[in-house]
Amino acid sequence: MLRLAVALICLALPLKAEEVVLGLSSDKVRITATFEGSDILVFGAVKREVAIPEEPLDVIVAISGPSKPLTVRRKERKLGIWVNTDAVEIDRAPSFYAVATTGPLDEVLTNVEDLRHKISIPRAIRSVGAPGSVEDAQKFTDALIRIRKANNAYQMLEGAVALDEQTLFRTAIELPANLTEGDYRTRILLTRQGRLVSDFETVIDVRKVGLERWLFTLSREQPMLYGLMSLAIAIAAGWGASAAFRVLRQN
Amino acid sequence: MQIYLPIAEVSVNAFLLLGLGGLVGVLSGMFGVGGGFLMTPLLFFIGIPPAVAVATEANQIVASSFSGVLAHLRRKTVDLRMGTVLLIGGLIGAALGVVVFNYLKSLGQVDLLVKLCYVVFLGIIGGMMFFESLRAIRNTRTGKAPKRKKHNWVHGLPFKMRFRTSGLYISVIPPILVGVAVGILAAIMGVGGGFIMVPAMIYLLGMPTKVVVGTSLFQIIFVTAFTTMLHATTNYTVDVALAVLLLVGGVIGAQVGTQIGTKMKAEQLRILLALMVLAVCFKLALDLLIQPSELYSIGAAGGH
Repeated sequence: MLRLAVALICLALPLKAEEVVLGLSSDKVRITATFEGSDILVFGAVKREVAIPEEPLDVIVAISGPSKPLTVRRKERKLGIWVNTDAVEIDRAPSFYAVATTGPLDEVLTNVEDLRHKISIPRAIRSVGAPGSVEDAQKFTDALIRIRKANNAYQMLEGAVALDEQTLFRTAIELPANLTEGDYRTRILLTRQGRLVSDFETVIDVRKVGLERWLFTLSREQPMLYGLMSLAIAIAAGWGASAAFRVLRQN
Repeated sequence: MQIYLPIAEVSVNAFLLLGLGGLVGVLSGMFGVGGGFLMTPLLFFIGIPPAVAVATEANQIVASSFSGVLAHLRRKTVDLRMGTVLLIGGLIGAALGVVVFNYLKSLGQVDLLVKLCYVVFLGIIGGMMFFESLRAIRNTRTGKAPKRKKHNWVHGLPFKMRFRTSGLYISVIPPILVGVAVGILAAIMGVGGGFIMVPAMIYLLGMPTKVVVGTSLFQIIFVTAFTTMLHATTNYTVDVALAVLLLVGGVIGAQVGTQIGTKMKAEQLRILLALMVLAVCFKLALDLLIQPSELYSIGAAGGH
């Protein structure tokens, strides 16, 4: 009886009675020349000062790549040919976004909490400035999500988080090979009946290394040198192949 | 084997790129075209961002053209003097083309314009070459001698120059104009311009087909080198890793192609090039006419 009372009090109080202790299989992703994508294992435990409340706990893991403004264009038939007509600017859309949950998202997170924390894919994209000429701006955002989902850049993994004993959770998120550099914001949310109990945030650092890093830096900082180097390689390869073939033919 | 491209920021199969480079290289060596008009759409298709594809393609064409031109130089089928005259025009044209391109970009619809350019020019050139070659083949079968060295208005122009390798004595004005026109188109369409240059040299300047290929390659090297530098310094879109993979295949292919080219008759060579040009034209026209499966596309912000 006392235990129940304590649990009820804990539930009623906005105190952080439960907290996330997080582990990541790696907090760095190194993009090398032979990078083929990477599986990130997100695991952790819920630290409690109190007894386990009766309502089941839910866990949401969201990883988002660097955001960039984009333009989504739509084709229309004009004079028999398909041309880009309407365009909508998306203010911010992450280059990569994955959400893994313990159950269907609309059950583990209420709409209000989603609005506040921007967890679901449509909420993670910010689009405000649709021009007046476009009436159905929502379709452009939908198209962006559809295209990125098809490329595996946006992933909705409902039920992909395993939760044991209301305490231990883990999930694996697959980062595709076509990854852009940057800080990948990783959020873990604990919810009960759709309401946020606790959250935790960390960053996965995705960087090009080695030759990739060197070429990328050179192309930005010494573009003239980079261009000349590209030409030199091209000319050398052209000459090399020509010389090699002449030797081959003489033999 | 997957390779992550540092500038394009995509991961692609290395062997696929080597194969594509080789295939386009063979065509390049055979016909004296850089192959950009084939390679650029192919790169779009395998998911390389268009800006990177266009810039890197220019770099790759430098390599395959250089490899091809060396083979032609040894056989003395390069008219260096004509090549230089065309090149002067070409560089002026390329610079003008970049200005035109940026102006069109500010107006919007630059993609559409590039595609329409492709369809119109490939269609006209492919069609002209196809029918002309057919006629030439029929004439050789029936034993009629082909008409040569027609005297037209071109021969009345001033600043005449002797082009010994081509066996021509004509004014420098038409080659310079051809160079400028090709340079403009090359910059807008993101290609070397060989597929326009080759027919222009044959039909407008009356150069012998055997010399045309080497001379076109000679001129293309410099125009594409110029374009590469322009892209590398302004847009940072030249992906050297992608270029290396394409050009390793490309230079080998170009050597093979040059060998095949010398074993074939000029008319056959031309009719094959015509068919290829028409096929690409047809494919691009279909893309414009048929409803695409995805009406929406994602682009970088800023442009319209």
